[in-house]
Amino acid sequence: MSEVTNDFSKSKAFLIDMTKCTGCRGCQVACKQWNQLDAEKTTFFTGEGYQNPPLMSEHTFTRIKFRDYEKNGQNEFAFYKEMCMHCNEPACASVCPVGAFKKTKEGPVTYDAKRCIGCRFCMVACPFGVPKYEWSKAFPLVRKCTGCYSRIKEGKKPACATTCPAAITYGNRGDMIKEASKRIESRPEKYLKKLYGAEEAGGTSVIYLTALPFDELGFKHVTKRPLPSYTWQALRLVPGIFLTVGGSLSLLSWFTHRKERIKKEAEQREATGKTPKEES
Amino acid sequence: MTAAKIIYNEVKGYHTFVKFLIILVSLGALASLVRLVFGLGVTTNLNDTFPWGLWISFDVVTAVPLAAGAFTLGAIVHCFHIKKLEPLVRPAIVTGFLGYSLVSIGLLVDLGQPQRAWHTLVYWNPHSPMFEVSMCIMAYTTVLFLEFLSPVCEKFGYHVPLRLLRTIEMPLVIAAAAISTLHQSSLGTFFLIAVDKLHSLWYNPLLPLLFWISAMCAGISIIIAEATMSHKYMGQPDESELLETLAKILPYVLTLYLTVRLFSLFALTEGPLFNRPSLVALFAVEMLAGVIAPLVMLMNESVREDSRLRSTAAWLVVFGVVMNRFNVSMFGMMEEGTMYFPSVIESVVTVGIIAAHVLFFVLIAKYFPIFEHHPETVDYSLPDTFHKTEKGHAPKGAVASKA
Repeated sequence: MSEVTNDFSKSKAFLIDMTKCTGCRGCQVACKQWNQLDAEKTTFFTGEGYQNPPLMSEHTFTRIKFRDYEKNGQNEFAFYKEMCMHCNEPACASVCPVGAFKKTKEGPVTYDAKRCIGCRFCMVACPFGVPKYEWSKAFPLVRKCTGCYSRIKEGKKPACATTCPAAITYGNRGDMIKEASKRIESRPEKYLKKLYGAEEAGGTSVIYLTALPFDELGFKHVTKRPLPSYTWQALRLVPGIFLTVGGSLSLLSWFTHRKERIKKEAEQREATGKTPKEES
Repeated sequence: MTAAKIIYNEVKGYHTFVKFLIILVSLGALASLVRLVFGLGVTTNLNDTFPWGLWISFDVVTAVPLAAGAFTLGAIVHCFHIKKLEPLVRPAIVTGFLGYSLVSIGLLVDLGQPQRAWHTLVYWNPHSPMFEVSMCIMAYTTVLFLEFLSPVCEKFGYHVPLRLLRTIEMPLVIAAAAISTLHQSSLGTFFLIAVDKLHSLWYNPLLPLLFWISAMCAGISIIIAEATMSHKYMGQPDESELLETLAKILPYVLTLYLTVRLFSLFALTEGPLFNRPSLVALFAVEMLAGVIAPLVMLMNESVREDSRLRSTAAWLVVFGVVMNRFNVSMFGMMEEGTMYFPSVIESVVTVGIIAAHVLFFVLIAKYFPIFEHHPETVDYSLPDTFHKTEKGHAPKGAVASKA
């Protein structure tokens, strides 16, 4: 996983321009419809402003996070569409003991519910806090945005990207990054001069453009290094350590037992003819 | 008398404390049943913010190092050939076997789909520390089971398997040490993925190494604490002399741990260390009471020679390791302003698991030759023929020359 440096510029990615988002939450509705997710009973004003529902959950794979702020003496809204980032090198896929998560070549990170044993390591590992658990069930599974993998394979765009009137562009990751840089260049006064997702967690398939600094919008601060490399640097040593410990202990025991063995052989030679000696 | 009546009478004769343990274990079993029927969401305080709670922190991440005595002592006695410590090996193996069996049960209770636990054997993902640990735990529980078979065979006088078990003793000891090294350290690897989540006081790239060394500290300390207690409360032989030797080894391992810990803390850590007072307090307690205090104590000969002080120092080390595992897997992972507290069901299950450990240990020691095993009376040479072992070192307590 970590040795193979795949080229991800041809895999599909979302370019989400938060400055164009109007907070209509059509993406939330489209996502619920396509994935047939249950409605959640929520109330307004549990999050900031009109944000609803307050958090992603087993029933909500994406949500628009609201941010109230003041610009030129006027109240303004800023938004952040939270969803699975579909990392190039996903932490969830690397930690899953049964390999239920898979980075597809098309881009989305998919989850095979039939394999899952429910250990929830993916939830601990994900730097973006994306995988959610079916806490309402007796035998729960993990739920998360699928990147509408079934639609992608049919040549369609994901449900949220299809519905979104302005903010989401969907295409090859390389093109999306180029497009994002172009927008920053042409409107430098409008955009923050950084892309979220270009390098985060080693690069993701969701790229964000914003006007406000990322942490103000609720984006998580995430390392630039692919997360699987953090565990792999220790795990790759496993076979070596096994052989080293096993081998050196065997050798050590051979030496420490040598004296005893020699003594025993001598005794046995003395005692030949007699019954095998029992020590006491 | 019917079998049920025999069992009833046997149980009736137990000490009140043992009966109390039986009640705790039954409550724990009942609680896990409730959890299996109603699901994790209803019965636990786990949620999307705290996907792992008490069961992972204690039943898995803490219980595994607490059961490390078997492999540590096995290596000390058989590989480093400090033969006189051998009478301590069997209790350690029983502790290890019980510990790992209960870890497996704890893990099953925590899994959302326990009926699919076998999937790890089929769908391999070598990049996952969880895969590595579950494979190791299965392998090691098997090894411990085989090692545990020795007293069982002795009890029932099965001589041929006993000979066989003795033949594979050394390979088993070496396999135990190698497998344990892997999974004890891999438990630390679990948290290497939690970059930006686990606080810098505990997050550093040497976490796996630290987990392995501290597991050995815990293993040795548990043996000291356990032998002292089984002498005091169960009337088992006094092994003070042997424990003194162990107490002499322990400071070296503790010093090694402290050195690596401080080095990784100050040289390899990237984030801010002292920005959250509550975590600094937890860290200070862990290091001062759990590492430095017992280290200073055990460097004094007078402490090592005094049964009570020695066992106090050992308990401090155990406390330090438990604190460390909770700090890494629970407190250090909490975001500022969030709080998790285990539910009643979670707590009852964990208490039941601890009680089960003590209960089964007491019962096994009662019915099998665990403490009476004095290896100087046993011929350990490889069998040239499969003749019977000398009648004598088998039945419990009968022969065992108090050498």
